Amino acid sequence: MFGLSKKDGTLFLVVIGMTLFAPILLNPFPEGSELAQFNAGYPDLMQRFVIFGIFAIGFNILFGLTGYLSFGHAAFLGVGSYAGVWMLKLLTMNVVPAIMVSVVVAGLFSALVGYISLRRSGIYFSILTLAFAQMSFALAYSVLTPITNGETGLQLALDDPRILGVSQVNGSIPPTNFFGFEMRDGFTLDIASWSFTFNVGYYLCAAIMLIAFYLSIRIFRSPFGIMLQAVKTNQQRLRFTGVNTRPYTLAAFIISGMYAGLAGGLMVAMDPLAGAERMQWTASGEVVLMTILGGAGTLIGPVLGAGVIKYFENIFSKINDNVLYNWFSFMPDALQDAFVFMIHPFIGKGWHLTLGIMFMLVIICLPGGVVEGGQRIAKLFRRKKSGPADSGAASLPNSTPAE
Amino acid sequence: MDAIVLQVLNGLDKGSAYALIALGLTLIFGTLGVVNFAHGALFMLGAFCAVTLNTVLNISFSTIDPVKKDFLGNPLKVETPYIESWFGPELGAAIIDWSVPISILFAIPVMILIGLCMERGLIKHFYKRPHADQILVTFGLAIVLQEIVKYFYGANPIPTPAPAALSSSVDMGVFLGFDAGSIIYPYWRLIYFCFAAVIVGGVFAFLRYTTFGMVVRAGMADRETVGLLGIHIDRRFTIVFAIAACVAGLAGVMYTPINSPNYHMGMDFLVLSFVVVVVGGMGSLPGAVAAGFLLGVLESFASMGQVVDLLPGINQIIIYLVAIVILLTRPRGLMGRKGVMEE
Repeated sequence: MFGLSKKDGTLFLVVIGMTLFAPILLNPFPEGSELAQFNAGYPDLMQRFVIFGIFAIGFNILFGLTGYLSFGHAAFLGVGSYAGVWMLKLLTMNVVPAIMVSVVVAGLFSALVGYISLRRSGIYFSILTLAFAQMSFALAYSVLTPITNGETGLQLALDDPRILGVSQVNGSIPPTNFFGFEMRDGFTLDIASWSFTFNVGYYLCAAIMLIAFYLSIRIFRSPFGIMLQAVKTNQQRLRFTGVNTRPYTLAAFIISGMYAGLAGGLMVAMDPLAGAERMQWTASGEVVLMTILGGAGTLIGPVLGAGVIKYFENIFSKINDNVLYNWFSFMPDALQDAFVFMIHPFIGKGWHLTLGIMFMLVIICLPGGVVEGGQRIAKLFRRKKSGPADSGAASLPNSTPAE
Repeated sequence: MDAIVLQVLNGLDKGSAYALIALGLTLIFGTLGVVNFAHGALFMLGAFCAVTLNTVLNISFSTIDPVKKDFLGNPLKVETPYIESWFGPELGAAIIDWSVPISILFAIPVMILIGLCMERGLIKHFYKRPHADQILVTFGLAIVLQEIVKYFYGANPIPTPAPAALSSSVDMGVFLGFDAGSIIYPYWRLIYFCFAAVIVGGVFAFLRYTTFGMVVRAGMADRETVGLLGIHIDRRFTIVFAIAACVAGLAGVMYTPINSPNYHMGMDFLVLSFVVVVVGGMGSLPGAVAAGFLLGVLESFASMGQVVDLLPGINQIIIYLVAIVILLTRPRGLMGRKGVMEE
């Protein structure tokens, strides 16, 4: 199917299903119930899931396949965002040119950075990419203010030309659209006490994410992808056999830069503003966290990692002490206080701490990330049932880590 | 000329911090072969040792002054630190005033302990893992340490002043034979530089002139052979890790009066320190120190008004630019050894 092997095809179908029904799957708790705050099925967050999913898929093509750890990938996302906003300002509020130009500009920028950085490997490569990203960040903040609007961030304005579209509608900036479908449009489906929001912007992102995911599967399974894995395994031996590895790694770098640009373009398509902080090295660190947490070098891992981190950032950080008191309300007061006191540092504003601990545990115990964890559980199940256990295998469709 | 001297001096304090952190990083890398992304966090922990001691010394009890009244006519409450009531007002006040230098004594055992725990508890298990894993786990540790500090001390910078006697400035112009008032330089920065020089000198002397240092240097060159000679090299390297943590911590302690410490200061310095290490050459101690001062001074020159007018934004990117140029022209850095961090 689509030129994929049976296993990959199943994985792809599962991902298609999950993204299409995400508004339902992510809203398992009825409105107004105690647990409704764990619902992640609102458009803004779902868009972020898929956009960062794309970003992490792209990063994984570089890190997962070639083993080159870039600490500057956020720069490409930032450059893509700026390019996207400029297209929205100059051409039209249709997001198609914005996204396309973001990809192209990020691709060109990553070609430049990659051409220079890939002369070195290992930690030197990490430092070089970091240096480039920090330079772009510093420049975007200071000298390039005419292009980036410095600290304020680049925003749309009423008097933007928008030569292919309209500058303003009834005195306000027109919303971003995809051939007439407005990104913020959508409809809400109410079933009993559940309420599901289907949003145009999310489905556009989801469709693009699926294409990006499909491409990444094809890249992983192509001769090119196998070459990249050879680079990771033993670059020196590859060189001895007479292969010039530079074009392969550079191509991987550019592809992953273009994925980052695509994510940046989608970000501005959903919310048309771009700021320099998107390029800061902490943002690059975040995508590294996502990829590792999910499982570097696996197909689905980065998407899972992006989902976990964004879920934590948006949902976990909202839990406060009152919520905790509610949960433990069945306990005696003293015990309740003790529990809340113990959990307090890890929730709300302290979610970074939880993330850090989780990340360390993953690196220490599960170098393959969430995907490896799933595989181990699946294996346990299989051993217990001593037969082809579908339940275990279905929960983890991707059991072929590309290593 | 005096302008140039002023910029050199301005660059020295930041350069000292870079050099100290880079020295520790290189020590760890050269001995244990571990890329420690948590080193900035150690710097930050050192700074917060000073903050903690300052806070502890300032713990006060309040008494009601029978004579004075506040502006509402109520009896005035007077906060007296315990330390002043124990040692008498003068000595007590002096101790509080000198809390930053005193915290060096407090920070040394604390940082050594933290270093030992870190190495034995975490880093030890990562010797055989790829460099990427080491980077990532220490990066995670840095996040955790940073968040713990944030939880206890809040997100805002905490001002921790230098002793009053040292918080003024010195007119360096007079000493160096320029016009009086042409080079005004804060005492504390001068002290910071001297302190850094002493620490760097101490570490080098320790490695050069003690038996322990000799073993460590031998271990850096060929770990296996040293082990075969019956020397318990792992234990020595653990101690080296503790020393490196201590150096970073002390750099942080003394840096508090220059910049009020906040929980993410470590990360800010870490990125630059890594650039410094790479520019100096991975595994080369003199390289790390030289590159630290060099980049500090360069940064200060780049922020001169005339230079910024000529090349706008150069002050923001100079370090990275230099790093890129050096890495491309001298792949091993300024003084890198052959065979370190190469496939």
